[in-house]
Amino acid sequence: MAQAINVEDLNIFYGDFLAVEDVTVTLQPRSVTALIGPSGCGKSTFLRTLNRMHEVIPGAYAQGKVEIEGQDIYAPGVDPVNVRRRVGMVFQKPNPFPTMSIRDNVLAGVKLNNKRLSRSSADELVESSLRGANLWEEVKDRLDKPGMGLSGGQQQRLCIARAIAVKPEVILMDEPCSALDPISTLAIEDLIHEMKQDFTIVIVTHNMQQASRVSDRTGFFTISGTGKPGHLIEIDETEKMFTNPTEKQTEDYISGRFG
Amino acid sequence: MSAAPARAASSGLLTGSGASERRLPWYHLLVTALASIALAAVVLVLLDSFSIGALVVLGYVLHLVVGYSYARAREGRRWAADRLVTLLVLGAFAVAMIPLVSLLWEVVARGLDKLLNPYPGYFFTHDMAGVVGGMASGGISHAIVGTLLVTLGASIISVPIGLLTSIFLVEYATSGPLRVLGRGITFLVDVMTGIPSIVAGLFGLALFITLTGDPGIRIGLMGSVALSVLMIPTVVRSSEEMLRLVPMELREAAFGLGVPKWLTIVKVVLRTSIAGLTTGVTLAVARVIGETAPLLLTVGALPLMNSHLFDGRMQTLPTFINSQYRSGNAVCNSETVTNPITQMQYACSTTINYDRAWAAALTLILIVMILNIAARLVSRFFAPKLGR
Ligand SMILES: Nc1ncnc2c1ncn2[C@@H]1O[C@H](COP(=O)(O)OP(=O)(O)OP(=O)(O)O)[C@@H](O)[C@H]1O
Ligand SMILES: [Mg+2]
Repeated sequence: MAQAINVEDLNIFYGDFLAVEDVTVTLQPRSVTALIGPSGCGKSTFLRTLNRMHEVIPGAYAQGKVEIEGQDIYAPGVDPVNVRRRVGMVFQKPNPFPTMSIRDNVLAGVKLNNKRLSRSSADELVESSLRGANLWEEVKDRLDKPGMGLSGGQQQRLCIARAIAVKPEVILMDEPCSALDPISTLAIEDLIHEMKQDFTIVIVTHNMQQASRVSDRTGFFTISGTGKPGHLIEIDETEKMFTNPTEKQTEDYISGRFG
Repeated sequence: MSAAPARAASSGLLTGSGASERRLPWYHLLVTALASIALAAVVLVLLDSFSIGALVVLGYVLHLVVGYSYARAREGRRWAADRLVTLLVLGAFAVAMIPLVSLLWEVVARGLDKLLNPYPGYFFTHDMAGVVGGMASGGISHAIVGTLLVTLGASIISVPIGLLTSIFLVEYATSGPLRVLGRGITFLVDVMTGIPSIVAGLFGLALFITLTGDPGIRIGLMGSVALSVLMIPTVVRSSEEMLRLVPMELREAAFGLGVPKWLTIVKVVLRTSIAGLTTGVTLAVARVIGETAPLLLTVGALPLMNSHLFDGRMQTLPTFINSQYRSGNAVCNSETVTNPITQMQYACSTTINYDRAWAAALTLILIVMILNIAARLVSRFFAPKLGR
């Protein structure tokens, strides 16, 4: 179910602007990969190319190869909609659908796609997804209340439940805890730990403790200056990255001597 | 008064413990207002030119001075400025309300009687068949049906076109050649917004004359087409704004779940903005429902009920008002007039044409009001739910 992602010679553009240059990397299945780096170095941009969400922005495109299960998702004829069904995404800001109840938010991937589910299998899916996102106990009595009525941390877990309800193979998370308090953050970190049994997870974070707590491997992106493209400098076991990185730039960044 | 700034300064702490810094209860200002009005009354009587209007205006102007000075002396400079600006804003509000209230008052005062007599509903359920001279009968059932049908036709044409155009502009015309096309469309829509309604009427007329080759053609549908020329740009503009208000994150959330673009638009973007879209469409309807000139050209007039939108002339409320008012005072040679069709006798009234015109105007206002209320209910029903 979980799949490795092979990225080869990936260049990512916003119109004429080359935002990320020449990334070649393999992201391991059933593990958590954290991406760290200074603001503006292209972490979000790179992450969004992994499920073809990047091209949603007008003028944005990517060149190169991203292989999931040996299939290049940028090959001609590949439908980005199918890619996104296999590679789910959790955003920095919780974004539940304001017109939907908690239950409908979890079922959004099914309902918005006009698929039919029997009442009982829908109930099952709602419960298992909310349990998977550690939210079931908190909301089981108010599933029909609006999703926007939850706290920020609950909303973010609702978004995670919504993402896992479509049963993807890979889950991308862009700073999922940046708007949350430490307790909700811990809840989500625990969740990430459990989820890596089933999914390949890629998470962008600015919090190095978080990266070291949740991830198996860590990748470091940086830019050499404004207007220059971002590069993946180094990626390795998290343990090694934080104790004994190969590159001087990584060491400087991790020890706070950046810039 | 000269002592006030000194006192304010001496007690100028954040606690504002000095009397000069404390805000006085509201009735102090009521007293100054009454005093100003009394003063104005005295002045006007002395000048021997008393009238209610002059009293209100002079009293207001005097109170600007009196109230400000009083507040300045008792409450300090900052509160006085606050009082003054509040007064000015209230004054501006009152001035803005004058035309609205007097218009409503005038229409109700002149039109209500006809709506209620000879019995409530009579006016809504009869047409003008056989009504001649000063005959105190007749109604506007045909004009109501005509207005509703023609406007409904215009909406059925305009709403899909307008909505789809705005969806194209917001969701698809975002980059490359489509973006250029979108700019062009936006420009044309702006031009369309400025088309005088009489020109829209001529367009509808010319279109149907060209299609049918009959220069005398008048059908309800022509009016719908002419009105839709006026309605489409309003719908495009308002829907476009509403769609742009839908946050990009919601679209991305749907895309991230593997929902295709068209389903995202239908089930997320439209669903989220439907309250605003309804309001926009209602405003567009209200904008065209009172149009007269294009309907005179395309739909013509008819004293009878005709509910065939695709066949023959129709009466509409604005053209009815226009023709009634233009008929002016009726001539009454005898006490009663006989309807040549029904042979019924009715009283003769010289002002009947004016009465009908005002009652029809009141009806038109009521229809627009009902539309607005309905739109509000729809908006409330579909509005995103935020509470717990
Ligand atoms: N929509 C966009 N259009 C044009 N350029 C963009 C857009 N989004 C991002 N960029 C540019 O791409 C580069 C990388 O941005 P990105 O958002 O990927 O950075 P990031 O590493 O995620 O930063 P942060 O840590 O602050 O989130 C930046 O130079 C940014 O200005
Ligand atoms: Mg980012």
